[in-house]
Amino acid sequence: MKISISAQGPNPEALVDPRFGRAAQFLIYDTDTDSYEVLSNAESQDAFQGAGIKAAETISRHGARVLITGHCGPKAFSTLKAAGIEVVTGAEGLSVSQAVDKYRSGQFNAANSSDVRGHWQ
Amino acid sequence: MILAVASGKGGTGKTTVAVNLAACLPEPVRLLDCDVEEPNCHIFLKPEIHSSERFTLPFPTVDDNRCNGCGECSRICEYNAIVSLKSKPLVFPELCHGCGGCVEVCPEKAITESRREIGTIRSGTWRHVAFVEGLLDVGQTLSPPLIRAVKQHVGTGGITVIDCPPGTSCPVIAAVHKSDYVVLVSESSPFGLHDLALAVDTMRKLDLNFGVVINRAGPMDHRVADYCRKERIPILMEIPDERKAAEAYSRGLLLIESVPGFRKLFENLYRRILSESRRNPGSMQGDRRDVEGIA
Amino acid sequence: MKEMVVISGKGGTGKTSLTASLASLSGASAIADCDVDASDLHLVLSPEVQRLESFKSGHEAVIRQDDCIACGTCMEKCRFNAVHEARRYGRPSLFKIDPLSCEGCGVCVRLCPEKAIDFPERTCGQWMVSETRYGPLVHARLAIGAENSGKLVSIVKNEARRIAKERDLPWIIVDGPPGIACPVIASITGASLALVVVEPTLSGKHDMERVFELTKHFDIPTLVVINKWEINPGIAGEIERGATSAGVPLAGKISYDNSVTAAQIKGIPVVEYGGPAARDIREIWHAIERRMESIEKPSVIEV
Repeated sequence: MKISISAQGPNPEALVDPRFGRAAQFLIYDTDTDSYEVLSNAESQDAFQGAGIKAAETISRHGARVLITGHCGPKAFSTLKAAGIEVVTGAEGLSVSQAVDKYRSGQFNAANSSDVRGHWQ
Repeated sequence: MILAVASGKGGTGKTTVAVNLAACLPEPVRLLDCDVEEPNCHIFLKPEIHSSERFTLPFPTVDDNRCNGCGECSRICEYNAIVSLKSKPLVFPELCHGCGGCVEVCPEKAITESRREIGTIRSGTWRHVAFVEGLLDVGQTLSPPLIRAVKQHVGTGGITVIDCPPGTSCPVIAAVHKSDYVVLVSESSPFGLHDLALAVDTMRKLDLNFGVVINRAGPMDHRVADYCRKERIPILMEIPDERKAAEAYSRGLLLIESVPGFRKLFENLYRRILSESRRNPGSMQGDRRDVEGIA
Repeated sequence: MKEMVVISGKGGTGKTSLTASLASLSGASAIADCDVDASDLHLVLSPEVQRLESFKSGHEAVIRQDDCIACGTCMEKCRFNAVHEARRYGRPSLFKIDPLSCEGCGVCVRLCPEKAIDFPERTCGQWMVSETRYGPLVHARLAIGAENSGKLVSIVKNEARRIAKERDLPWIIVDGPPGIACPVIASITGASLALVVVEPTLSGKHDMERVFELTKHFDIPTLVVINKWEINPGIAGEIERGATSAGVPLAGKISYDNSVTAAQIKGIPVVEYGGPAARDIREIWHAIERRMESIEKPSVIEV
């Protein structure tokens, strides 16, 4: 299973990026191989609107089943939900690997709705 | 003749000039309020409204039975308003600019267009002035299409006065586009001059014929007048900085009717605009501008 | 970190003069000029530009004339009337795209049978980080005719937040744009307090009501300031009552005072120039501080 984490840097020691749509990049953790892959988020960062929607599409196309991030707006949330991706918010302050461990040990609950309002965060 | 009244910054007296000018023009005259985020002409003219219609923009609707999930719609959309996942695409109407790209590229012809409301267009009359205004709904973001729709009411013959939005970004361009003459309203202050210079650059880039009205002209600051002389821009009128004028404005009164001497000032403004626009007719040929202005 | 955004539905209500004075009174703040279409704050804060970045957003369609076969598909498919045809005697028409009308949708790029239309990124302005004696200033200039989508406003605001966090500044003070559309929404998002500046005129009152709808929609605590209140004390009273019944307290009233213009001419905030308006603004600052204390978590969403 693939877990996608919004990340401020390109390695598991980097902090979780609190932004989803305009995250610096994503790390994709594969539970089967215990390995990380870096996924660019340039297309969403450049978008003048709908960055969260674009980012959701990007991670969906890479087969992510779970997203761990800081905050998630309403449009991104609907898109992630439609893609069948489980959303975990509130992971800011942790490193990517800490966030993954916390998720795998069942200490995160899936979000039922977006946790911030939309519009250009 | 289409006369656009614009300004680099808000609050310089653009609406004041537009309504007072329209009110003293001979019939037939139309006033179009294209400042659709904050239309205020109606406060001064108190027109009788005859019709009010909602303005809509197209957005895509996807037929589930036809969609094969190919994702073409999502790839062409520059606005991220339609996103294709493995299933049927999701549509975010509020992000859609109505370009029709998704409809064009869908190989299964699964996309048709519906309409969403973004504002209101109201028409009416005040004495001999035909009045039209656009009002963008709070929370909506796309004003240029509504401005263009209000401008469909320019009509033929007589004079159409357009009250434009402030600034120099795309709503202003939509409002001044194809005008015969632009009146730039500025106030005599450092902020006023700075923003006037930006508006002047914009008019020059658009190759539009224009002149300046200096509002709240007082003894404290001559820099706007100095600038106009240096740049060889006609100063069409100077509105004196009178407390009486500010008070009349605050109560929603026309200056030409409530402050002595102001009717004459605005009648002279009209005559000045006529002679200025004749002096330089080259930039009034819209068709020529369409092609060469781009190069 | 507290973030205050100064807005007004209508332009020209004295928003920028007030912002400059509040920045001066705050002692230490990061200042963001989000009125990117008519940015004037730099005229009174004497900034020294440290960093200049170009702002790119979206794309624009450009026809490569050498490859164009003049089929007219682009003109037929463009919904924004951005493609113009020049008929030429004895030769095929010349098609050109007006960059000021191009919406950047890419439909012509995609549908051109010869793939003769390029789609480069569009430069829509620039933004700057400067030093002033009141603190760092982030400001910008939108290009003529560019779409003020709110993205440049977000960049300016986010950069100010980043700097405030880096330098541990207690305040972010934002000069917002006029109106109610994208740029305003972008400037108020995530703010801890909105300060609405209104003049006692019927237009001002009308526009104020629309701005209140917006701050209410985004759940942002709001205060109102009546500028030049003596122009019409009656309407000033109506505004105050209207605001109170909309749940927006009055932060204060500013006198009609020539020293505001005099300070602008001198290029300094009016609180440093003195006069009745300067005294009023000091009172307003205290009202803002009191209001801030009562907001439980004046937190700014981190970026």
